[in-house]
Amino acid sequence: MTHYIIRRLLFAVPTLIAISFILFALLDLAPNDPTGQLPLTIPAEAREQIRESLGLGEAFHIRYAKWMEQFFVNEPLNLIERAFGVEIGASEERLRVRSWATRSPVVDLIIERLPQTLWVVGLSYLIGILIAIPIGIVSAYRQYSWFDQLGTFVSMIGFSVPTFFTGLLAIIVFSVTLQWLPSIYDTTHRVTDLSSFWVQIKQMAMPVMVLALFNAAQISRFMRAAVLDNLTQDYVRTARAKGLRERIVLFIHVLRNSLIPVVTLIALGIPTVFGGAIITEKIFRVNGIGELLITAIQGADIPLVQTLSFLFAVLIVIFNLIADVLYGILDPRIRYG
Amino acid sequence: MIGKCAITLAIAALAVAMLSTTALAERGRDGQLKILYWQAVSTVNPYLSGGTKDIEAASLVLEPLARYDETGTMTPALAADIPTVENGGVAADLMSITWPLRQDIVWSDGTPFTAADVVFSAEYCLNEEMGCNPLSSFTDVTKVEALDDHTVRINFGVAKPFPYGPFVGSTSPILQKAQFETCTGAKAQTCTEQNFRPIGTGPFKVDEFRANDVIIFSANENYREPDKPAFATVTFKGGGDATSAARAVLSTGEFDYAWNLQIEPEVLEQMVANGKGQVVAGFGTMVERLVVNQTNNSPDLSKDKRSLHLDGTNPHPFLSDPAVSRALSLAIDRQILVDFGYGAAGQATCNVLPAPPVYASNANDACMTQNIEEANRILDEAGWLPGDDGVRERDGVRLSILYQTSTNSVRQGTQALIKQMWGQIGVETELRNIDAAVFFGGDPASPDTYMKFYADIQMYTNNFDGVDPEAYMANWRCSEIPGPENQWLGGNIARACNAEYDALAAEMAVTASLDERAAIGKRMNDIIVQNQYVIPLIWRARVSAHANTLKGVRVNPWDSELWNIADWHR
Amino acid sequence: MPAAQSSDLTAPSRGLQRHRSLWMDVWLAFRNHTGALVGAGVFIAISLAVALGPLIHTVDPHYLDILAKNEGPSLKHPMGTDNLGRDTLAQVLAGGRISLAVGFTAMMIALVLGTLVGVLAGYFRQIDGLLMRLTDMFLALPLLPLLLVVIMLFRDSLRAAFGPETGIFLLVVFIIGITSWMQTARIVRGDVLALREREFVTAARSIGTRRRRIITRHILPNVLSPIMVSATLGIANAIITESALSFLGLGFPPDFPTWGRLLFDGANFISVTPERVLWPGLAISLTVLSVNYIGDGLRDALDPRLRGA
Repeated sequence: MTHYIIRRLLFAVPTLIAISFILFALLDLAPNDPTGQLPLTIPAEAREQIRESLGLGEAFHIRYAKWMEQFFVNEPLNLIERAFGVEIGASEERLRVRSWATRSPVVDLIIERLPQTLWVVGLSYLIGILIAIPIGIVSAYRQYSWFDQLGTFVSMIGFSVPTFFTGLLAIIVFSVTLQWLPSIYDTTHRVTDLSSFWVQIKQMAMPVMVLALFNAAQISRFMRAAVLDNLTQDYVRTARAKGLRERIVLFIHVLRNSLIPVVTLIALGIPTVFGGAIITEKIFRVNGIGELLITAIQGADIPLVQTLSFLFAVLIVIFNLIADVLYGILDPRIRYG
Repeated sequence: MIGKCAITLAIAALAVAMLSTTALAERGRDGQLKILYWQAVSTVNPYLSGGTKDIEAASLVLEPLARYDETGTMTPALAADIPTVENGGVAADLMSITWPLRQDIVWSDGTPFTAADVVFSAEYCLNEEMGCNPLSSFTDVTKVEALDDHTVRINFGVAKPFPYGPFVGSTSPILQKAQFETCTGAKAQTCTEQNFRPIGTGPFKVDEFRANDVIIFSANENYREPDKPAFATVTFKGGGDATSAARAVLSTGEFDYAWNLQIEPEVLEQMVANGKGQVVAGFGTMVERLVVNQTNNSPDLSKDKRSLHLDGTNPHPFLSDPAVSRALSLAIDRQILVDFGYGAAGQATCNVLPAPPVYASNANDACMTQNIEEANRILDEAGWLPGDDGVRERDGVRLSILYQTSTNSVRQGTQALIKQMWGQIGVETELRNIDAAVFFGGDPASPDTYMKFYADIQMYTNNFDGVDPEAYMANWRCSEIPGPENQWLGGNIARACNAEYDALAAEMAVTASLDERAAIGKRMNDIIVQNQYVIPLIWRARVSAHANTLKGVRVNPWDSELWNIADWHR
Repeated sequence: MPAAQSSDLTAPSRGLQRHRSLWMDVWLAFRNHTGALVGAGVFIAISLAVALGPLIHTVDPHYLDILAKNEGPSLKHPMGTDNLGRDTLAQVLAGGRISLAVGFTAMMIALVLGTLVGVLAGYFRQIDGLLMRLTDMFLALPLLPLLLVVIMLFRDSLRAAFGPETGIFLLVVFIIGITSWMQTARIVRGDVLALREREFVTAARSIGTRRRRIITRHILPNVLSPIMVSATLGIANAIITESALSFLGLGFPPDFPTWGRLLFDGANFISVTPERVLWPGLAISLTVLSVNYIGDGLRDALDPRLRGA
């Protein structure tokens, strides 16, 4: 297994470099422009100067090389300096990856945004999984019972009604009509005591629930299908025939095998947690990573989009590896040659 | 006992009354003000801004020499007086303007504001490596010099009939030299601390800035008026969309002020019915218009011909016929467009230059009423006759229009309405909407920018900063036609070339009298509209909403909406 | 397991009585599945309504009757009108044609691609790494810039070749398909990895069964349930993604109604004219629900352990 992991990690390096190049080329090719959102009152000559000042005048390969250097050399050095309080070389002179819209270092922006994304999107993912797995198991075990029918109905509604609509509905019910919950998330709010914790819970309630419904819907469907598949397998019959208690059959034998596809799904979903939830973040103004990415894309803020997408790619590669390792643990029959 | 009680009560009441009167005059007495901009602020340095949102947020901190009030009148801010030719502030040859500065101004860090700061701010913007946003305000500026600590002279290379470009209005305020000294040229990009927390002279200072999310301001204790601002802190939140921003002020009351609410009127009306706030609108120079392509943009043409003027050798197959474009304008019922998408935030207009009032022409008001019969008659007379499918044609050329605009629900509704109106005069329309970042982006490689104009008609809004239209009207000169030779960087998007117009533009550039400038401006407007280079549709207002408890808001279409935030109170 | 036991008992005798094809068996099992029948019924009803509805309700979905805007339900406009005076019912019917077509075609593309990549990667170790890295890359691509590039590169040529509507349809379907197969691929691959080592596959391999036969007869039927779930979710995803595309100006022309777009445009009017969001939302949900039940029934019917014989 260790051998396998090391080989995969080594293989990941060229993969990621290839991805970074494709991303950069794609963003360069895209027809949107960083001056596109400036007021039309700014004349063309000034726009040209702004473009030059952003470094857009240089050739593609030079810009790519610069980004590579800034991202793989300068930014890690900077993080080390910040973490250990040391100075390595001329840190003032080092060029950092800077967002075009804010002219500030991209890494600082991401660090600023991570807490709210992890709070809201991460929590909703966790809640989604915690709801989905029991629902999936019960729905499958009692297939076509009223519980299963209700679960199917709710999860299909949850998946087919987009979050821009459920979010709006939640705001109209809980913020406008009942006035229980705030419709705008305050990112500067700090939890210091019980009452401020309560405020935090209140402001997270709607975005978390909206997203959790969406996540739970999807995961519970896959969970149900997987459990259904396994319930009819021979080994289950054997286990029952051996006289094992039903609970042990279900929770040890069936669950372990059913989790294989679901683990893939969950592992695949974790990078999207870090990627944020674009629509939900926008509706509730959580202003996390998802909002950062969409604003950057709309404003053609190439350094920011490139860096975010690349970090995202790194997470995807890592979590796919984790999923593969988990397969091996969950199912000893799987061998990686 | 009772008497004693009454006396103590009376004293207590008196004390409370005294406290509240002193409190009335105190800075920061009204606590927190919550402002919501649905486009989040990306920087507090207006010289590097990404749009109006950044400039307006910065206007809480940074101030210009003079600003425009809600009527478009110039009022001094950091200047002691407005220089004019009459008071000798503007040189008789119009080659320079001398600003006297107020002597009592200090920056929020306590240091005095001097002419050196003004001189520095000009140098900061004029540095070519900097990519200065309000560069056009500094057109023709040759030198900015400090005559003494509180007098600044701005010299121009040519005679400037309207010398109030630099440092007037919130687009080009004064930066503190001491803070920005190390941030000139290419380094402007890397001065994050300075760009995010500029030191200013305005009523507030930046406490915390989260790019594209939120700014926390607090009252500037060194502000020149001791009893202002009334609010101790301002939370300036960004993100989301216009409808939910309106909802946060009008329906839930979570915020006090929301900006730029272009929302369907019935939705807004319903929110206002909640009684928590009100909608305010101010009409400036914004006009939603159809730009009529005067050149052939057929996709069959090669890249070096499509939508290019080529000295008039590449005319549009039918839109260059004045009969057609006149009929198109006549067929539009502008009031329906207003009722559908704008309500109180728009008025039907027939001018590309609707304001200031002296410049507004009334020679074109005939277009205000829809006249389908007249439009049909014009087309019949010009020989455009309906074919088998009802679409008019002449010599094998069909009146089939590709009509593009940026993506935005009001614009798409307007497109659908106009398509139906044109259907009534036998004109076929294909609609297209393009993501705004592409449409307004200047990427020369993209076919979908409004400068390339690979369509027959396109719709967008344009306006100009301040009150002087000279630079804006100069856009329609022949030399401004976009093409590969100028990287599509020209303002004459319609690709119209009119010798009389060019002569008028040249005349305006040397005319100083406001009345004469107004007469020239009107004539230029009439040429554009009567030749249908541009079909004006709607004169748009700036629309914002504020809570009923918030007092002192005077919505201003000529400058930052938050220009008088020092006077806001509960 | 009463069902399995009884079929075990009866299957041989039935098999002796009459020879039936596999698909006949599937149909018989499907017919006994109430949920699947109801789902199929609803789905056929929706399809028929969308296909034939405009012949009965003959109002032009593009016609703007500005005097009759924001109306509630009436005989003339059974679902009311929008803020431009367009008839909501006519729009839902017209929008359904596009949404269903886009939803199905895009889902099929994603499903075929995903299953193909997943099975190949899971079964053939040599190409597993390569295919999975390709999947990683597609997962990492940011959708919006990709769309902008694809639209820029291909819109005009497709428009010239197929006209504005068909051209955009092909583009939209292709884009959604090509960007949503990865999850299916990963899940199918995970299942195949486990199946490959199972006794019946090893047995089939040891008696010299050809690879293609192993995959089609032994592997594919066993990964059917995650594929069916992917299909259900894929339709919903395609319908919603299409609305996001048209919202961004990357999809169909703005005056083209689709369910997702109707829902999106109507969302702000939820308190003015709730019908505008109710009906398209219901249409999407009902379609997804019915497809889900059909998928359930199909899966059960195709599962030999449940069907017997």
